[in-house]
Amino acid sequence: MNDDKIYMQAEAIDGLIGEMVQAIKTRLEVQQARDPVMIGIHTGGVWLAERLHKLLAIKQPLGTLDISFYRDDFTRIGMNPKVKPSQIPFEVEDRHIILVDDVLQTGRTIRAAMNEIFDYGRPASILLATLVERSGRELPIQPSVVGVRPPLTHEQQITLTGPDPLNLIIGTSKQETRGTS
Amino acid sequence: MSKPNIQLDSHGRLKHFLTIDGLKREMLTEILDTAESFTGVSERVVKKVPLLRGKTICNLFFENSTRTRTTFEVAAKRLSADVLNLNVGASSTTKGETLLDTLRNLEAMHVDMFVIRHSDSGAAHFFASYAAPHISVINAGDGQHAHPTQAMLDMFTIRRHKGEFTGLRVAIVGDILHSRVARSQILALNTLGTSEVRVIAPRTLLPADPRSLGVHVFHDLEEGIRDVDVVIMLRLQKERMTGALLPSEHEYFQLYGLTEKRLKAAKPDAIVMHPGPINRGVEMDSQVADGPRSVILQQVSFGIAVRMAVMSMTMGTQAQGAAAR
Repeated sequence: MNDDKIYMQAEAIDGLIGEMVQAIKTRLEVQQARDPVMIGIHTGGVWLAERLHKLLAIKQPLGTLDISFYRDDFTRIGMNPKVKPSQIPFEVEDRHIILVDDVLQTGRTIRAAMNEIFDYGRPASILLATLVERSGRELPIQPSVVGVRPPLTHEQQITLTGPDPLNLIIGTSKQETRGTS
Repeated sequence: MSKPNIQLDSHGRLKHFLTIDGLKREMLTEILDTAESFTGVSERVVKKVPLLRGKTICNLFFENSTRTRTTFEVAAKRLSADVLNLNVGASSTTKGETLLDTLRNLEAMHVDMFVIRHSDSGAAHFFASYAAPHISVINAGDGQHAHPTQAMLDMFTIRRHKGEFTGLRVAIVGDILHSRVARSQILALNTLGTSEVRVIAPRTLLPADPRSLGVHVFHDLEEGIRDVDVVIMLRLQKERMTGALLPSEHEYFQLYGLTEKRLKAAKPDAIVMHPGPINRGVEMDSQVADGPRSVILQQVSFGIAVRMAVMSMTMGTQAQGAAAR
């Protein structure tokens, strides 16, 4: 992990977040999605969502998801010992949801998150906003709003560190603890 | 090198849950933290997560129990597992060989987990030692030995109300001698760093050397619950009465029954717990059982989350046996 490099620092990330806010507003207008709610995915997605939630002045409190109970690799790697509670403090039924995560890679986290959301109710729509979109998709999942698309090799990992300040780190760690981004 | 703990796999993860004995504080905290995440599941529209989909869990009860078996069943179903309930009368089996036969037969049905209650101490250990490597075993009460999930749901309830264990004074009242619940509770409370654990009981219902358990001993209820944060009442097993260890229910209540008046000795915000089912008018009167300080029904709800946590943690270790990625 010694060859970790900072890819982007707080100020630049704030810039990206500002652009994402505009893009989300546009998408919501096009879809005529009124009164949206926001859900962040633990842990990096929540840090990002907290900022977006504030900038978009969303009325309902922010929801958070820990998708550990919905992961498709439970039978491979077992229980995540640091699982956090999911908190959805609003009705999901018929709501327009902005789902927020830090990095979109395989698409498996988003698959798990959508499954979990549907166990709370049937949303009117889900819009996916991620700070980073990178290569490596294993499922047909498409983000609606993206902050940055860095060109990365298969070995390179990009991670959001935080909560304050936010930094994007690129490392070349082996696959030992590969997430399901 | 200490001898390997049968409950842990080679990575130190919880593979079976048989007793609190030998488990570190971090492990108990991990169980409590994981349970915290599961509490929300029971409050959702869909009270289910897909974690153990396709797994078969067998509730193997050689001893009667409604509550414990039901909460294990609900926990398993909320994890999407398939549940097999077997109530085997203890009298219909003899020890050793027949227990092994039962195990082999159920293994042949591709059961992934056993939840066992048995009147013999060590029954769950026996199953864990002989079961196929991919199978996890959870002890739902064995003889007078241990009832670890009950202890952990009690710890969960205490933590929810009181936060940290350091600084807490907890009193356990009743038949300490025969109680597997008390034994597991004492171990868990001490492992989690509780400042003072007290036991309150007549001499006939205490083990020979109770202090070796790491507790302070009291024979007088009011003296024992003075300034405590938590009062745990144990269920009085009626059969003890015939064993000449106790005079009568009435006299027990006179001496050790919890009433509003006696509870005044405890801290004003003390909580009252009981593993259920309560003998009203024996361990406590109804005013206390249904009163504002009673958290007895919360214990039942939390029991589901704690059992979901233990089931998913132990089943997660089967990952090692899975095919390479």
